[in-house]
Amino acid sequence: MTIEWVHPGLLLIAGAWILPLLKGQIKRAAMLFLPAAALIDCLFMIPGTYGVTNFLGQELTFGRVDSLSLVFSYVFLIMAFIGMVYALHVEDSAQHVAALTYVGGALGVTFAGDFLSLYVFWELMAISSSLLILLQRERSAIAAGFRYFLVHIVGGLFLLAGIVLHWSQTGSLAFADMGAYSGGLAWTLILLAFLLNAAVPPLGAWLPDAYPEATVTGAVFMTAFTTKSAVYALIRGFAGTELLVWLGAIMAIHGVVYAVLENDGRRLLAYHIISQVGYMVCGVGIGTALATNGATAHAFAHILYKGLLFMGAGAVLQMTGLRKLTDMGGLYKTMPVTLGLYMIGAFAISAVPLFSGFVSKSMVVSAAGEDHRAAIFLMLTLASAGTFLHTGLKLPYYMFFGKDSGARGKEPPANMLVAMGLAAAACIAIGVFPGLLYAHLPNPVDYVPYTLQHVSSTLGILGFTALGFFLLLKHLDPVRTVSLDTDWFYRRGSARLVRVLQGPLTRLEYSFVGQIYDFVIRRPVLGAAEVFRKLDSFVVDSAMVGVGRWTQTLSQVLRAAVSGNAQHYGLMMATGVLVLLIVAMVIR
Amino acid sequence: MRFARVKRVFYVGLAVIALAEIILPLIFHDGQSHFSFENFPAWGSIYGLLSCVAIIVVSKLIGKLWLLRGEDYYDD
Repeated sequence: MTIEWVHPGLLLIAGAWILPLLKGQIKRAAMLFLPAAALIDCLFMIPGTYGVTNFLGQELTFGRVDSLSLVFSYVFLIMAFIGMVYALHVEDSAQHVAALTYVGGALGVTFAGDFLSLYVFWELMAISSSLLILLQRERSAIAAGFRYFLVHIVGGLFLLAGIVLHWSQTGSLAFADMGAYSGGLAWTLILLAFLLNAAVPPLGAWLPDAYPEATVTGAVFMTAFTTKSAVYALIRGFAGTELLVWLGAIMAIHGVVYAVLENDGRRLLAYHIISQVGYMVCGVGIGTALATNGATAHAFAHILYKGLLFMGAGAVLQMTGLRKLTDMGGLYKTMPVTLGLYMIGAFAISAVPLFSGFVSKSMVVSAAGEDHRAAIFLMLTLASAGTFLHTGLKLPYYMFFGKDSGARGKEPPANMLVAMGLAAAACIAIGVFPGLLYAHLPNPVDYVPYTLQHVSSTLGILGFTALGFFLLLKHLDPVRTVSLDTDWFYRRGSARLVRVLQGPLTRLEYSFVGQIYDFVIRRPVLGAAEVFRKLDSFVVDSAMVGVGRWTQTLSQVLRAAVSGNAQHYGLMMATGVLVLLIVAMVIR
Repeated sequence: MRFARVKRVFYVGLAVIALAEIILPLIFHDGQSHFSFENFPAWGSIYGLLSCVAIIVVSKLIGKLWLLRGEDYYDD
């Protein structure tokens, strides 16, 4: 028997456990071999349905292979390979096992044809990605890791509740388009879980809270998989949901606004993940062939350029120990290669012509145009300007140029530069040859990104955004602050809630609950006790006392009778005999 | 001075872009615009500048009035 289909996720999840046993060059070879083997596995897959198993009377499908799942699996594994190159110098095997398990979970979600296996891989991703934060082993990272974990547990419970409800209502676990159940409770719960993982505000505060706390190499993995597997799940289940159009557009601007206020380099980039995923969510909501193609293409391009940007910021963090823009400046002198590679990622995310973002983001924006949604079109275009403003201008300006802080870092180890080079090459290749990406999109592509009008208006937007940046530069200086987001509710709000509620709760306890308790429990119990006490003292006690008194009286009578006089005894005997005779005669 | 030259190149570049945006649609018609406002002369340049200024001003305002806290806000 030949094996017809090997799950690439299983390859990574099981294969990861070999790494702790290996050392040195062999271990590094294995780190690269695993994602490469899984990628080759996916490249040779023929669309179809594989890995169908029966579990407790339910049919589980582990391998739904079609153009949509394939294109996501390609980019997940390309990024996993690049991320592993970036992490080659890290000796901590636990991080590698967690990272590969995390990628495996994302692949499991991608190929899942039913909700139950989707759920299992969904939770596996939550657990393994939490480890990538916790393994930073700093106090703030451990706190952030646990917050991240708890948020995703809540999301997972939404998903499970939705799945159980959906199954009990329809009798089916198949994971397909949910449009027919729109508005129902099961639909809502599953959508909420997907939106939480896609970091849609107000459910997305976990992302900028957690990602900047992860390990330098772990953060590179985290940027790719959680939000983008959620985008995949949204495309699969919720394409054409009107709500998503607006949530996506708001999300694109939300991330940009927060990025203005941010001082932590990696957190600024994290807010731009939210902004970029906004384009994808919006594309899913529009739901036309061009829009879902755009969401898919943008997810593909985004994973690579955002990985590159996080690798650049991570390299600065690792080499200088600095994470805040206020502490950096002047690093271009000693880290020019890092700067150059970072800028390729920055041009890609800003959708500069000839870089990947230009050919993917514009599909979503054009889809909004074709659908005659002027407000959405304007919101997305405005967010584009904001993206270039922060990722392309503000961050590199304050990190590498700006006021010289005196901080100096050497270029990072060669493997980190190679990884950044691979991602940069991919960003340029997609930008120059969009056909490479378009050929793998789920719907046939009839879209031409390079038209004179598109190129010239994009250059206009970007050029004049740069003008605005330099004119307002002195207002953009980063300040030592943190900005409130919805994570406030579980970081501060819960404690404040307890403090605020303490007074009323105490009063409620003493005056109301206490009174009721007094009335319903304490008094009846005391009353009953009193009754029993009286019963005890009057009935039981007096009975005992009575018996005692009677015995005492009897014994006194008997003592009086025992006089020691023989005549008295004789008289008593005679009386007794007489009484017995009378009794005997009467009975006869 | 080097900085002044970079500045001059930057401004010349902006002028070229804006002019190209105005002139190119008059010569070539590749009919990509979905809305009438896209046909406004130098639409991208104007909207880019407006967007950038709006984002900075509005965000800073929201931050000052509402969102910004001291760096140790969450520290116990």
